[in-house]
Amino acid sequence: MCRTGGVPEPSGTGDEAAMDAAFTALLEDSAEELYESAPCGYLSTLMDGTIARINATLLNWLGLKREAVVGHRHFVDLLTVGGKLYHETHFAPLLRMQGELRGIALEMKTSHGGRLPVLVSSVIKHGSEGEPLLIRTTVFDASDRRAYEEELLRRRQDAERAHAEAERARAEAEQARRQAETDRERLADALAVLQKSLLPDSLPALPGLETAVYYHTASPDQLGGDFYDLFPIDGDRWAFFLGDVCGKGPQAAALTSLTRYTLRAAAHHDPEPDAALSTLNAVLHERYTAGGDPRYCTCLFGILEPGTDGRTTVRLGSGGHPPALLLRADGRAEFLPTPGGLLVGVLPTAPFATATTALAPGDTLLLYTDGLTEARTGPARDDLYGEEALLAFAAAHAPAAPHAVITALTELLEGFGDGPDDDTALLALGVPAPADPATNDPR
Amino acid sequence: MDVRRRNNVTVTGPADAPVLVLAHGFGCDQNMWRLVVPALAERYRVVLFDYVGSGGSDLSAWSQERYSSLDGYAQDVTEVCEALDLERAVFVGHSVSAMTGVLAARAAPERIGALVMVAPSPRYIDDEGYRGGFTAEDIDELLASLEANYLGWSSAMAPLIMGNPDRPELGKELTNSFCATDPDIARVFARTTFLSDSRDDLKDVTVPTLVLECAQDVIAPREVGAHVHAAIPSSHLVTLDATGHCPQLSAPEATAQAILGFLESRL
Repeated sequence: MCRTGGVPEPSGTGDEAAMDAAFTALLEDSAEELYESAPCGYLSTLMDGTIARINATLLNWLGLKREAVVGHRHFVDLLTVGGKLYHETHFAPLLRMQGELRGIALEMKTSHGGRLPVLVSSVIKHGSEGEPLLIRTTVFDASDRRAYEEELLRRRQDAERAHAEAERARAEAEQARRQAETDRERLADALAVLQKSLLPDSLPALPGLETAVYYHTASPDQLGGDFYDLFPIDGDRWAFFLGDVCGKGPQAAALTSLTRYTLRAAAHHDPEPDAALSTLNAVLHERYTAGGDPRYCTCLFGILEPGTDGRTTVRLGSGGHPPALLLRADGRAEFLPTPGGLLVGVLPTAPFATATTALAPGDTLLLYTDGLTEARTGPARDDLYGEEALLAFAAAHAPAAPHAVITALTELLEGFGDGPDDDTALLALGVPAPADPATNDPR
Repeated sequence: MDVRRRNNVTVTGPADAPVLVLAHGFGCDQNMWRLVVPALAERYRVVLFDYVGSGGSDLSAWSQERYSSLDGYAQDVTEVCEALDLERAVFVGHSVSAMTGVLAARAAPERIGALVMVAPSPRYIDDEGYRGGFTAEDIDELLASLEANYLGWSSAMAPLIMGNPDRPELGKELTNSFCATDPDIARVFARTTFLSDSRDDLKDVTVPTLVLECAQDVIAPREVGAHVHAAIPSSHLVTLDATGHCPQLSAPEATAQAILGFLESRL
């Protein structure tokens, strides 16, 4: 504004005429007019809330007549019930304490029963003594802003709900996972109990004989297809067997169970190796192959008869199983050939090969399954350990007591690639070598 | 647990004077009493505190379970009394706290010897043969108002100390937060307050009681004050010529005089 009064500009363009008109309007815009027609609501109340002044803008918004309001109504009378409660519990105390308050969201009632969302700011005017005199309040129409805020709030609540939903789903999944874990553990426990029924807890102590065993299952559910046993039959005679059923897992375990208990019962009835194996053959054939479900096993079955001369006689029968291995006291190693014996359970009747030997002090007899001879020794498919290598290994270790043999073979198996990847059973029986006076000193 | 810190307990007034415990209601905190404390503390030991969840209390001590019933707030009162080892103190409760005091006096009669109920209401919602002043829908609307101010809340919390040279007692630190509450906590307190019905508890009041009501109070109308007075035989009713629900702010001198008058009449 840099007009200089009294000095008229040269009259001229229409633009200047419009500016003149606007300037005149500004000069004539009285304070009264500014108050009454302001683009926001104005009101002044006494400290008790009685409305003393209110501008035309707010009266228009609310559809109220000035004479019905001024001196008759309180500020809270303009508010909805929720707004009244909020005013009494928050707005009024804050205003009293702070002397000023800004941008509080409230709702006002209109005379037509509608609601007007507003933003309210108030300030207390104090007298010269500091005493509060009146409250000045401005009211902004916040319809659009409130709609936007409500949308924000709704979105936020939706997001919170979605989050809670996701949290619940996650908790349920976690619960299901825990349940599955529990089920799996229970199943593993049950399988372990079943598996125990397929093998002796521990080998019995045989007078004058030493025994050792190694057993490994490749399957994660611990159900192996290899089996062994050693038990007394009559007087001082003992029976033993070791074998391998076809297949793996629960079906193989069922076949193993039938095989073990059939051989145990058969041995008590007639312990001759070919008689026991024939009984097993008949039972398995009747149970499986004859019914259209061909299943079989390979097996070595033997009897131990301690003699009076410190030697123990071994009579062995084989149903299609790899030959037993002898580690002699004099350092020799040899297979005990049992050729020609058929797989047990394939045919209704079958011949079984038998062999006899004697274990002198220091001799050890080793029975094994093909988990040992077919153990993978290299990356190629046919890099298998084999019977020749086993014989050479035995020759290198003989003479060796049963525990020493099993320990050496265990180390051998664990040295192959990732360790044994097939079921493997090893059973070693031996007559202890004469005590070495140097190591058998009672002191 | 340090109850004094948890409930932001402050104590003023002569050490050996009789004790007044002042309890705020729903909305703000112990600063609500600022304008009456100087007059009361001349002759009385004045104990101020914030309920857990309000003002300067320890918010980590808040649980929805405990503070969803007035008993939880009454427990705050008895625990504060125990922590200060108060005996037969005068409990001054504003608004919903008047009823909290009734529950606390019943639970710990050895601690609380008299009640001052400022703008009390045992039930805010109308019932058969009872006018509390509100309908259930009204209360829903209040909860919606709380939600609506959640977004604009920061502006109400902002320091607004300027232009108040005549009120030096309103220090800067208290303008920040004395009516600011975590929105979730405020919602629970609002529900607990406005959905409560403690009318049956009034008959258990046996201690001398002052019922202090305002002539114009939209939250606790005169009928409610009359109901409370009638239900407590040992009560005395005083109606202040004041407007609004907070006479300790709108009429601090009259409020302090009424409380002092009651205390002196029974001593």
